[in-house]
Amino acid sequence: MLLSLAPSALPIGIHGIDKRFGAVSILSDLSLDVAAGEFLTLLGPSGSGKTTLLMILAGFVRANAGSIKVGGEEIITMPPHKRNIGMVFQNYALFPHMNVFNNIAFPLKQRRVSAAETAERVERALDLVQLKGLGERRVDQLSGGQRQRVALARAIVFEPRIVLMDEPLSALDKGLREHMQIELRNLHRRLGMTTVYVTHDQREAITMSDRIAVMNAGRIEQIDQPEALYARPRTKFVTGFIGESNFIPVECRNGSVWYEDRKLHMNDSAPPAGRYLMVVRPEKLRLVPDAQQAGVLNMLPATVGDVIYQGDSFICYATLRDGRQVTLRDYCRSDVLAKLPAPGEPITLGIDAQDVVLVADQ
Amino acid sequence: MSVGSASLDHAGRPDGVLNADALRADARRQALGLLALLSPGLFLVFSIIIVPIGWLFWLSLFDETGQLSLANYARFFEQASYIKTFATTFKVAFVVTGACVLFGYPLAYMLSQLPRRAASICLIFVILPFWTSVLVRTYAWLVILQRKGLINNWLIDLGVIGQPLPLANNFAGVVIGMTHIMLPFLVLPLYASMKTIDVDCLRAGMNLGASPAATFRQIFFPLSLPGLASGVVIVFVLCLGFFVTPALMGGGKVIMWAMRMEQATSLYSNWGAGAALGVVLLAVTLALLGLFQWLLGARATGVWSRR
Repeated sequence: MLLSLAPSALPIGIHGIDKRFGAVSILSDLSLDVAAGEFLTLLGPSGSGKTTLLMILAGFVRANAGSIKVGGEEIITMPPHKRNIGMVFQNYALFPHMNVFNNIAFPLKQRRVSAAETAERVERALDLVQLKGLGERRVDQLSGGQRQRVALARAIVFEPRIVLMDEPLSALDKGLREHMQIELRNLHRRLGMTTVYVTHDQREAITMSDRIAVMNAGRIEQIDQPEALYARPRTKFVTGFIGESNFIPVECRNGSVWYEDRKLHMNDSAPPAGRYLMVVRPEKLRLVPDAQQAGVLNMLPATVGDVIYQGDSFICYATLRDGRQVTLRDYCRSDVLAKLPAPGEPITLGIDAQDVVLVADQ
Repeated sequence: MSVGSASLDHAGRPDGVLNADALRADARRQALGLLALLSPGLFLVFSIIIVPIGWLFWLSLFDETGQLSLANYARFFEQASYIKTFATTFKVAFVVTGACVLFGYPLAYMLSQLPRRAASICLIFVILPFWTSVLVRTYAWLVILQRKGLINNWLIDLGVIGQPLPLANNFAGVVIGMTHIMLPFLVLPLYASMKTIDVDCLRAGMNLGASPAATFRQIFFPLSLPGLASGVVIVFVLCLGFFVTPALMGGGKVIMWAMRMEQATSLYSNWGAGAALGVVLLAVTLALLGLFQWLLGARATGVWSRR
């Protein structure tokens, strides 16, 4: 291992954070625990307060109330330069009057690290982000991806307790962004630093994170592992924000769930009586060739509206009997392709009992 | 143009002559068209810059009797008063520029840190004197600074001083008056360059362990240097040729280059001497600008990428 960060990774405990700008509440009573060495992503639309929370963690924004503990030590009133937290900024914030070497050496210089050790550690950091030999380059001579790597090297070279990243990949083009996601993920696995990552890109969050906290209007709607968040969203907002989804209105009465006059099979126990939305991801819907087929399949009759062929997969828009349009997606395996329905054709849509997820209808 | 007979293209024509003449003619036509479009501007530059300067230079080569001579230039080395004027001019320019930096940098820094609304209101107070006549402002300073002026009366009444301070009609008066007039020329470019400094760069500095003071010293200040340099150049060059304020505030004791020119032409009617003074001032100013340019260029490529 090139830099030994793992032993110093610390947990973060965030409790009861309140932040208001005048009368506008940005964060209200927000609590969140990040485990030592965890990669946690704050995911949310703009204005959800995720960047504000990151700024409070870094010490650039003062909260109105709350506590932030790093490894048990309270840091909420500590000035930013004493927090020992590495941060990667959205626009990288590299110092334009310094070359790559000096940018990365900056935190070491502040810590009065000797020249020889500085040179050695900067070299190792450059090596780690695959920029070996570029120390003498000026910042304006670097490509976007290289700047990103310099910013990353600068944020980790002083072995901080925590690394914060504020949409660090948003300025890169799609191919490079996907490449850097994997690279960041691998770097995190090697170094094991506690990382809080902010993004509004749900795919990026799912690719990189150990856990994702979905934020909305200053609160955490749900915090879970990516798989759980995708498969079992707890609110309509989370469902809509992560991936595509069909919402089908259902009703719960007498301990079972009904869609119109059909009783739905589900693995979970039925919630209290009331109106709910059934969440069905497009790829969880199936075309059922034989409606007589038995099993734990919930069947919904529908009419095909349109079928869109996309090469590797196809999308089928279908209309349920109540007039609601749903989307189905499947891969173009030969057997499926052979039986693709035509527009106007009546079909039966199937949903596995284990895929029935209900959220409150707000 | 001779064409080698050895190489012919597949259509049987010699290499590289397909429409060559027509294309060359087209390029020439386009160049002439551009020249025609440029001509009004070129005419202006020629008639209000090149011709007067040439005339000035021409005038400087004749002595009082109308004889062609270098007497006007020889005077710079022969007469001590000329050398003294030269030294005074540079001294005033240096001190005023220094004072402008001293007052202007904190002012520009404050403006750059204020919220947008407050900054634009404060900027009006910086720009407002700009719109007032230099003459009016200089007389105002005289009223404030003279022996029985506002400041001296006030300090004497308070019992702080027994004798009035010599604030006007001397070097100090010239510096105070000129600093007031020059300040916006330093503050405006400096403010503009400070506004372009990325707040995240300063945040990054603190995040990486630099105290606010260290962040200012190591990041904000170096990044504000280009704006400071252009402000300094503007102020310094303007000072070299300044007339009204030193003439009124200097009480005849501070003779600057421009005042010397005025004396030569209106007092002694010696156009040759005045013209020579102008030529030398122009040459020195251009040399200084060149030096600044060279230093700035060196800084841009050297210091900025220095380890």
